[in-house]
Amino acid sequence: MRLEVIDADKCVGCQSCMFACTRIHKDAGLSKTCIKVRSAGGMERGFMVVTCIACYDPPCARACPEDALIVRESGGVNLNKSKCTGCGNCVKSCIVKAVFWDDDNNKPLICRYCGYCAKYCPYGVIELKGDKKDMKGADNNVG
Amino acid sequence: MLDRKYSRVLYIDLTNKRFYKEDRHDLFEKYIGGAGVAIQLLKENCPQGIDAFDPQNPIIFAVGPLNGLFPLASKTVAMFKSPHTGNLGESHAGGRSAVAIRMAGYGAIVIKGKSERPCYIAIHDGKVFFRDATTLWGNKSSISAGHFIRENEPSTGFRTIIRIGHAGERLIPFACVATETYRHFGRLGLGAVFGSKNLKAVVVSGKRSLPVFDTNQYNKVYDEIFKSATESALMKKYHEIGTPVNVASLNISNGLPTRNLKQSSFEKADKISGEAIAEGFLGKRLACAHCPVACIHIAAIREPYSDEPYFYKTTMIGYDYELIYALGSMLGGSDVPGMLMLIDKIEYAGLDCMTTGVVFAWMTEAFERGIITEKETMGVIPKWGDYKSYQEALRLLLEQPNDFYLALSKGVRHVASIYGGKDFALSFGGNEMPGYHTGPSAHVGYLIGARHSHLDNAGYSVDKKLLSSSEITAQEIASLIVSEEKWRQILSSLVICFFAREIYKPEVVLRALQTTGFNLSQEELTSISKEILKEKYAFKIREGFSFDNLEIPERIFQTPSSAGFINKDFFMQTLNSAKEIIQKDIMS
Repeated sequence: MRLEVIDADKCVGCQSCMFACTRIHKDAGLSKTCIKVRSAGGMERGFMVVTCIACYDPPCARACPEDALIVRESGGVNLNKSKCTGCGNCVKSCIVKAVFWDDDNNKPLICRYCGYCAKYCPYGVIELKGDKKDMKGADNNVG
Repeated sequence: MLDRKYSRVLYIDLTNKRFYKEDRHDLFEKYIGGAGVAIQLLKENCPQGIDAFDPQNPIIFAVGPLNGLFPLASKTVAMFKSPHTGNLGESHAGGRSAVAIRMAGYGAIVIKGKSERPCYIAIHDGKVFFRDATTLWGNKSSISAGHFIRENEPSTGFRTIIRIGHAGERLIPFACVATETYRHFGRLGLGAVFGSKNLKAVVVSGKRSLPVFDTNQYNKVYDEIFKSATESALMKKYHEIGTPVNVASLNISNGLPTRNLKQSSFEKADKISGEAIAEGFLGKRLACAHCPVACIHIAAIREPYSDEPYFYKTTMIGYDYELIYALGSMLGGSDVPGMLMLIDKIEYAGLDCMTTGVVFAWMTEAFERGIITEKETMGVIPKWGDYKSYQEALRLLLEQPNDFYLALSKGVRHVASIYGGKDFALSFGGNEMPGYHTGPSAHVGYLIGARHSHLDNAGYSVDKKLLSSSEITAQEIASLIVSEEKWRQILSSLVICFFAREIYKPEVVLRALQTTGFNLSQEELTSISKEILKEKYAFKIREGFSFDNLEIPERIFQTPSSAGFINKDFFMQTLNSAKEIIQKDIMS
């Protein structure tokens, strides 16, 4: 499974996806979001939707000194929280800036490819694609 | 118990570059938040009778318990003493301001004092930074202050940049404050209060967790509201054509103020209707943070450079009903690109578009009647629909090179008190009229409303009832206006966008509040709403408002409204009834 940005030009910047992501992690607000909508240099230029693109050879996993990020068969990573020391190398390694940070737990926030955010996008900007067989372990990614 | 960080107030002292935080659960528990808390903070922090440009005049931003938790709870309430009316200043704006303030861990921010030199404030979670803004002050280049601040501050996507333009620095009393380019604390001159404090901008960011008391219930209420906002026809009008959908309907019903309200319908309304602008110019739609409706409509205007072939620039300009009214029909203009470019110039300067439109409309009629001449206007010949003349007038309004433009820059009440033309100076308590000439209720609302804005009172919708029933009495109208105004104190304490008022019915509000720790009954809600309204009137009266010396522009009786010609006696009866109800039921 991977989350795809179908058409960022349709994004209105409501950030409903970010609030949804936090809610699926049994929280409220924006603290646990693994997706970010930001302006592309002022609202007049539209928006950038920052999501984990589920790399097949993820730099975040290679940057992790503790092997806490386990590469999934279909791309992307799952987080083994008990191994993570909170060094933040994964954040620095991600050039799309899709590794977010959980200040409460001092650990990365990794997209779990559940597609809950897409359900709250009224404009079809994002979509979950692929099949569900490799979802195992993803539930541990956040929270 | 409430979210501990929600009941926190951040106090910022610009004179001494100090800040401190105080837990004010006393206020938040009693008055919910938003407007309810802001009026208390204003009462506490604004000494009686001070000049609006006195450093002691506080700028108060307040959010509510539903901000950051529920969709369409997207507004921040600003309160201050207004330099434009000399009385209560209350203005609401969305953008990302409300979510950012809540996420930074505050229910309200109080800014006092005056910085020695131009500065901006950056609030990132618990920290406050005073940044030098001397470079940005007086900058009129095409690169706005917003661009520089955006580059200079962290937390993109989780922040708001609330800033003023040149008009605020120049202390023009109807200067506005912009947030995220396209949303504004538009009315009553907050921009000039910023300017008087040498304050260019306030940046706020944060991304924390908000406690909810029953997660299942929270998700349930959330989904209900989200569904109403996205699937029902209820919000469709704001979403598709946006607020300009009103141009056509108000025009047909004689409710669209045209040429300084000499007319109430515009023969060229089809050229400036929401449908026409959407078809020809709509380039993009945007939303405030946490609002899936996306009512913000942005037009794209492509202009060629005259000095080089095949060289163009495309400007993205926000438009709303009120702007089309004030700078379209009110100025007799139907040239959409001309209107949009004027909107762009006014917004760039940081003036309130609505007030500026009404000011230019008065100027045009005064010129027509010979009250003012080219001597006063310095060669500008204001002419209905001639946007070149208005662009020129705007430049002079900002520079104020003579006494006339200085007077004009203080609004129509002021300029008419010097040059004459009071009868057609469309000011209500010093604030220029909004775009609804729908009948007596709308105008009574502007006169007695707690913040003189069309959205603050129910006048417009009460006028609709008047259309369908000629039996309605003055007293009934007054009672409907006041009772809706009470309820809107609750909405503006939560803080809900008033466009969502049909979704946030009392029963929904109570259930949403419950998940945030407010266990209130309908009766308690009613009593809080009355208390908030009472406090607002108390402040207004303290600062000189009286029901007995209201100035009513004769023009409103001379031009037919959606409810026909407004009968002056009936109007005065309605006003008197409103006064009685407020004195008896609210102030007692």
